[in-house]
Amino acid sequence: MSKPTIIVVGNGMVGYKFCEKLLARSTQFQIIVFGEEPRHAYDRVHLSEYFNGKTADDLSLSTLSWYSDNGISLHLDDPIQEINRTEKTIHSLKGITLKYDYLVLATGSSAFVPDIPGIEKEGVFVYRTIEDLELIKACAVNAKSGAVMGGGLLGLEAAKALIDLGISETHVIEFAPRLMPRQIDSAGSNMLQMKLSQLGLHIHLNKSTAAITGDKKIHSLKFNDDSQLAVDMLVISAGIRPRDELAKLAGLHVGTRGGIVVNEKMQTSDECIYAIGECALYEGMIYGLVAPGYEMADIVAAHLTGADKSFYGYDMSTKLKLIGVDVASFGDAFITEPDCRTILFEDTHKGIYKRINITNDGKNLLGGILIGDADAYNMLLQTVNNKIVLPPDPEDLILGSRGGEANAGAGVMSLPDDALICSCEAVTKGAICSAVNEGGVTGIDGMKKCTKAGTGCGGCVPLVKDLIAGTMKANGQYIKNVICEHFDYSRQELFDLVKINGLKNYDLVLDHYGKGDGCEVCKPVVASILSSLWNDVIVKQEVIQDSNDRFLANIQKGGTYSVVPRIPGGEITPDKLIVIGQVAKRYGLYTKITGGQRIDMFGAHLSDLPLIWEELIDAGFESGHAYGKALRTVKSCVGSTWCRFGLHDSVTFAIEVEDRYKGIRAPHKIKGGVSGCVRECAEAQSKDFGIIATEKGWNLYVCGNGGSKPQHAQLLATDIDKETVIKYLDRFLMFYIKTADQLTRTATWLNKLDGGMSYLKNVIVNDSLGLGEQLEEEMQALVNTYHCEWKEAINNPSMRKRFAHFINAPDEKDPHAQFEPMREQVRAKEW
Amino acid sequence: MEATIATQWIMACYVDDVPENGGSCIKHGDEQIAIFNFTRRNEWYATQNLCPHKQQMAISRGMIGSAGESCEPKVACPFHKKTFSLLTGECLGEEELVIKTYPVKIADGKVFVGVD
Repeated sequence: MSKPTIIVVGNGMVGYKFCEKLLARSTQFQIIVFGEEPRHAYDRVHLSEYFNGKTADDLSLSTLSWYSDNGISLHLDDPIQEINRTEKTIHSLKGITLKYDYLVLATGSSAFVPDIPGIEKEGVFVYRTIEDLELIKACAVNAKSGAVMGGGLLGLEAAKALIDLGISETHVIEFAPRLMPRQIDSAGSNMLQMKLSQLGLHIHLNKSTAAITGDKKIHSLKFNDDSQLAVDMLVISAGIRPRDELAKLAGLHVGTRGGIVVNEKMQTSDECIYAIGECALYEGMIYGLVAPGYEMADIVAAHLTGADKSFYGYDMSTKLKLIGVDVASFGDAFITEPDCRTILFEDTHKGIYKRINITNDGKNLLGGILIGDADAYNMLLQTVNNKIVLPPDPEDLILGSRGGEANAGAGVMSLPDDALICSCEAVTKGAICSAVNEGGVTGIDGMKKCTKAGTGCGGCVPLVKDLIAGTMKANGQYIKNVICEHFDYSRQELFDLVKINGLKNYDLVLDHYGKGDGCEVCKPVVASILSSLWNDVIVKQEVIQDSNDRFLANIQKGGTYSVVPRIPGGEITPDKLIVIGQVAKRYGLYTKITGGQRIDMFGAHLSDLPLIWEELIDAGFESGHAYGKALRTVKSCVGSTWCRFGLHDSVTFAIEVEDRYKGIRAPHKIKGGVSGCVRECAEAQSKDFGIIATEKGWNLYVCGNGGSKPQHAQLLATDIDKETVIKYLDRFLMFYIKTADQLTRTATWLNKLDGGMSYLKNVIVNDSLGLGEQLEEEMQALVNTYHCEWKEAINNPSMRKRFAHFINAPDEKDPHAQFEPMREQVRAKEW
Repeated sequence: MEATIATQWIMACYVDDVPENGGSCIKHGDEQIAIFNFTRRNEWYATQNLCPHKQQMAISRGMIGSAGESCEPKVACPFHKKTFSLLTGECLGEEELVIKTYPVKIADGKVFVGVD
């Protein structure tokens, strides 16, 4: 027996979705699709994006081959002219006659064009298809002013399109006394109008167009109040008209104001013919949104395959961004007192209007309107749809929680499993959670593939993301930052594993917890962990160090290195300054003062490094660790020793702190600062830790940094003495070293830390984890095992041997390292 | 006509001149050759020392390791971490860079590199 034939009339979004839904349920049908437009189905919801760079292909809902791949025969550019219900056949414009078993009308709607004198003039358009858009685009090139007739949702979309096309003067003409009359109230409309006017849109309400004047081409609009408006083009967006002419011709029952009458199974008055989408009239209503159209498509697919599913109307709640302004309307937006209680919030400064309607007993949310800030939309809609009992202060729903602990994540997880999250694709919370739990989905892309949630209008994506994160968290999973392909652990996990098992070298760590042969990512991470734990001389495991740590200097352009001896707190004697000058002269080095109050010498050949350091160490210098992910400098101001404002001796304190933490390896570099008074000349609040003198002691700030994303340090403790500063710093630095991801500065680490600064303060100051003593001991152990790496390196012949460019000609320098003169010094040759 | 170039083996250095699981650079006339002692795999590799990305003589100072399921041996230039296959010399990133590779053999604690 041959397959029953289903002919789909219309290849718009809903017609396409019907094919997809039917194929998902059964392949036992022969599907034939007729489309009037030359293109296969595309996304009409995002049509205006066609003007800001999206192509027709980007907007396509599928590839053209999708149809043939699924056995669908597609006839484009060929509208159906007639249905013969007795013969059960259709006739197309191109002369095709085919027999059907079932017919699905998805003919959609056309723009309603009011009967106004002059409507036929050049420069008057509708806004419906890609072809319409192309005509508008061509006309806009020579147009300076334009108007949109209709201030509804689509009209404002069209106005945005005109702005995007560069029309400098754009008007919106609305017959009603407010914008978007179907979605928002007049207070909301006022706010929206204010925002849109600020964006340069001219809005005219209560205006009824009497005529369009001009010779052949539009010149101006004439209104009933005798006023006029000169425009170069007009886009009509005064509503939609269901495409029911074919149905009418076939004698199907249609509504008096248009629309093909359907029952709850989407059957028309002929039970073999269905109508779905914007052409269908269900209980006197046309559903002009895509989500109910998709639902109708699914109901027909279900009915044809014997499943039981019915249409019971549809929630017309909507959220969109109109010309950059959030607009949302949900549930019963217009119900007024005394049938409900209304809570309003209005902020004309920021252009925000919010209204929620709640039941008289205050228990449930009925609906509302949001203008200017619709972040709460998804959650509010869920609250309406699931009849969630309101909190005692329902105003928090639109004002946010003021005072007390805010908990954004808990809201989503409290939804019932059957809460509809993605209304376009009818995906429930339960389906999303089970995709995470059973399907192993961990991100939005995976979720789109697995459940299609978020693939329609995209409005639910933030909610879906929250649900993924919330479900993972509830399972004790978290989004893991693995180090690289060789280690399936985060840095913190590996740190703990290496510590517990007492592993002392890279190969052991790789054998126990990794795979493969390692790489340039995991080697320095493990090197840093080993150093933070055991504080052995890093060059003993030279090959796992990043180049700078391997040669204890910073590699620069041309392959030479720079040398930075430690100058704690920026304090240096004249004798030491002379030594630096002599060394730089002897080895031909370029010198510069660094940002951290020390001196950098550039252009050292690899083989000269041990010689340079021999001289520096003889003069009492130590390594400055400028090459390491370690403490760099503790910058200081002059302080009370000389400064007439100084409260305490900031230089001495800076030197003490720098000497305490020097050499300790961390996930990233660490910088500190100590200022002697509130004037803050050491810029301590831009450092990983900053100490500022007060009348009573010191204030301690943590987690600041400069760099590409500067962030101020935050206050950890006030008016504490030096010992307490050190105690807190020990705890803070050790906690950071143990828990941060690799290459994460303290500021970023804090930003990612659950609970943020208040949590950190609790751990460090209140010792909420009971780790204080342990952290202090661990830090003390590192302090006790400090060594100058350069001293070790130059005194160990086998280590020293590595500082040669050519291993078979150790005395020769790299001839490729070349310099150019610059301001009485040298610089590296440009690469 | 196909030209036959006989590989000439030169004594580059001693085995213990090159750190375990690391590299060293040798000079051969005007040529700089990076030699890698991949102890973990019991393998030796040699490549040009010049990183073609910014023309820097630094490949020998790079970290070695492996990439992917097939454990392709690789080296990362210390300058900008461009990684190259030690087998083929091809850049494993986006770039179409390639470095020259040389055959290596070990005898009597000495490292020999095959040059053209």
